[in-house]
Amino acid sequence: MTEFIIKRLLSGLVTIWFIATATFIGMHAVPGDPLANAKAMKPEIRKNLEARYGLDKPVLQQYGIFLTNMLKGDFGISFTQKNRRVNDIIREHFPVSAVLGVLALIIATVGGVVWGALTAIYRDRWPDSVIMFLVVIAVSVPSFVFAMLGQLGILGVNKWLGFSLLPVAGWGSFGHMLVPALVLGLSTMAFLTRLMRSSMLEVTNADYIRTAKAKGVSPLRIFYKHQLRNAILPVVTVLGPAIAAITTGGFVVELVFAIPGLGRYFVQAVQQLDYTVIMGTTVFYGAFLVLMVLLVDILYGFIDPRIRVGKH
Amino acid sequence: MTHNNHRMRSQQSASRRFFTAVACSLCVLLSPLSLAEALNYETRSVSFAMRQEPPDLNAMTSTDTTSGFILDHIMEGLLTYDPKGNLVGGVAERWELHDDRAIFWLREDARWSDGSAITAHDFVFAWRKVVEPATASEYAFILFPITNAQAINEGELDSSELGVRALDDRTLEVSLHQPTPYFLSLTAFRTTYPAKQSFVESKGQRYAADATDMLYNGPFTLTEWVHGASVAMEKNPYYWNRDNIWLNRIDVPYITEDANARMNLYRDHKIAVADELVSESLDGALQERMQIKTFLDGAIFFIEFNYRPDYPTRSLYLRKAIQSVFNTDDLVYKVLGNPGSYPAYTIYPRWMKGAEDLFVREHPPHKPDLNVEKAKGYLEQARQELGVDELPPLTLLADDSPNGQKTAEYLQTLLTQSLGLDIRVDVQIFKQRLAKMTAGDFDMVVSGWGPDYNDLLTYGDLFASYNLNNRGRYNSEEFDHWVSVAQSSLDTDARMQAFAKLQELMFDNVIMVPLYERGKIYVQHPRLHGVLRRAVGGDPNFNFSTIEPPADQ
Repeated sequence: MTEFIIKRLLSGLVTIWFIATATFIGMHAVPGDPLANAKAMKPEIRKNLEARYGLDKPVLQQYGIFLTNMLKGDFGISFTQKNRRVNDIIREHFPVSAVLGVLALIIATVGGVVWGALTAIYRDRWPDSVIMFLVVIAVSVPSFVFAMLGQLGILGVNKWLGFSLLPVAGWGSFGHMLVPALVLGLSTMAFLTRLMRSSMLEVTNADYIRTAKAKGVSPLRIFYKHQLRNAILPVVTVLGPAIAAITTGGFVVELVFAIPGLGRYFVQAVQQLDYTVIMGTTVFYGAFLVLMVLLVDILYGFIDPRIRVGKH
Repeated sequence: MTHNNHRMRSQQSASRRFFTAVACSLCVLLSPLSLAEALNYETRSVSFAMRQEPPDLNAMTSTDTTSGFILDHIMEGLLTYDPKGNLVGGVAERWELHDDRAIFWLREDARWSDGSAITAHDFVFAWRKVVEPATASEYAFILFPITNAQAINEGELDSSELGVRALDDRTLEVSLHQPTPYFLSLTAFRTTYPAKQSFVESKGQRYAADATDMLYNGPFTLTEWVHGASVAMEKNPYYWNRDNIWLNRIDVPYITEDANARMNLYRDHKIAVADELVSESLDGALQERMQIKTFLDGAIFFIEFNYRPDYPTRSLYLRKAIQSVFNTDDLVYKVLGNPGSYPAYTIYPRWMKGAEDLFVREHPPHKPDLNVEKAKGYLEQARQELGVDELPPLTLLADDSPNGQKTAEYLQTLLTQSLGLDIRVDVQIFKQRLAKMTAGDFDMVVSGWGPDYNDLLTYGDLFASYNLNNRGRYNSEEFDHWVSVAQSSLDTDARMQAFAKLQELMFDNVIMVPLYERGKIYVQHPRLHGVLRRAVGGDPNFNFSTIEPPADQ
């Protein structure tokens, strides 16, 4: 087990190095000037700004400096948030995205498993059709539409009640998270529902289910003990990437609901060519993804003893 | 069987208990939320939503309008603006402006938020810091009228050579290297705000990074700054003019770029002003009997041409042809459709003051004679002037903002259909548009300009040959001459004549083609009064705002 984790961590480091390098090359290859401002700048001022951000050095040297600082865990100072360190930006805003993401993931997973199981149980009957219809909508409609509809929904409810049941935007309490998390988790939930449905159906026809039925095991027990436990495995597999997707993909939701998460910085940094923030957030999210996938691999063992890792 | 039933029943009651518990905890969690409110007469507080996190609250280096909004509440310069937009005393109670120098006498009761007195040395320190090359302040040029400022900024002199000194703690003398009639308006601009040396140096790199890393001298102080989430400002007990500040608190509990979200917050009575709305966010606003307000934010948009050799747009007749078919009314009312924006005929906004009246009323700009036949004649002359049978395709650069793209597409259709020109639209992100403009990689650009200070010169010198913002490299001695008159003449009439001359040159030589004057759209709580909307300086401004008591009191 330990050997497996060490191996994976080492390959994870290589992955992160690769992500960092690819981002660095891509960032410098993209046209545009990170220091450009609406008002033109005197060459002397520009020189001083370039010196401040180390842009006056050859690109290869910049890359070397970046890697050295990255190993020290220092991503430098943001280009657009003039007095803020990128480390501070990540430290202050990632927890927000993470809390929102975890809630969204819980909603998505619980919802996905429940709806998926329901569709499988009621296969080809009306609950199946209705849920699968909703799933198609949730998968195909972009999240900004749901975000806006969600906000208008809150607004309508508040107006109808005459007081604010839920806040339409902002951050700070559980009430602020509820609808944004639901919107954020919606497409993952839909995806998991489909996955759960197909894997449930596969399991339903398995021999051990028939055996269990023949033995007179109650249907509820068959469902819990045999079907669900076996069918849930593919869902766990995609959970790692799903966590990363949800915590990084909150840009639109964060914008509409005025949530101070890292997703906004991640996207805006690219739009504004904020070199240090682009590198910092990309490397951070890369590392996060690698860790999550590893975590899920370890989790497998607990759910399915057959594939406990590291045992020969 | 009975056994099973019993178990199910106990399960049921357990789950019921569980749901009751969840519902109760939800109620507890949700209940305090209704406390946030748009405005409160009792506590004298008002709530607002910003578009983005303030990028730089260090007044010495700050350039953006978001930071300007905060800075103009928490800081004050030698001079400031009264509610009517007139220049009045700020930190200075008295001043004199001469050809070669200006003297400011500071108020005795002007204080920093730590209670210490604001001295002339605080201005000397801040201004030296602004022009020091190491500070890399992009707005250092604001101080260039001061003796040696430019040379220091270019690294030729030490900052101690700057023409500004403290005669004593309360007297500041500024020497000017040429007469600068608009100098007083510069002293109300944020680049010239004071800074206390001991405080700034004690903070080092952290200066202005957080609410506790700043010292304030404005009507309000920054009391909360949760990055990306919220900002709060409270009345400054040390502000000299505190008796005329009615509000106790300005709350910014929301930061979002989404105009619909801001509008929804306004509808939910969470903010008192929903600013920078877009036409889409106004859906239903009229049915809800909201009063939609607009104001001109000072931004002027225009087609900028490339005058570098080998670019066809250097031909006057080609530019005249374009001028003769472009109808600003069509663009504003039929294409952009933003309430509040106005057609433009000149670079100067319609609200700028002239000698006595509004400038555009004293010197009405020419309106182009729209005539396609005449335009085609110009085009023929352009071909002869350039010595070509067929005009090459023209690149029209624009940024990816909705207005930028709409304008570019409209111009492409217009110039293709009416003149048969081959227009290639090149849409880029904002920074890349600027990079391409600086590199000269365009024929025409959909460009815009906002004012830096409250004087016509901030628009008038845009096409001076030495102006770095003149990215098309227009170069005319006559134009430069009139700019220098406008810059340094102390006679108001002569200055206004010079600005009028520049306006005429821009029209006659089609140096640029004005597209439109941008308006901002907003809604405001009917009980909130005295919110200043300004094109120059932080906007909006709540310094002089008051709240009407609710009707039932």
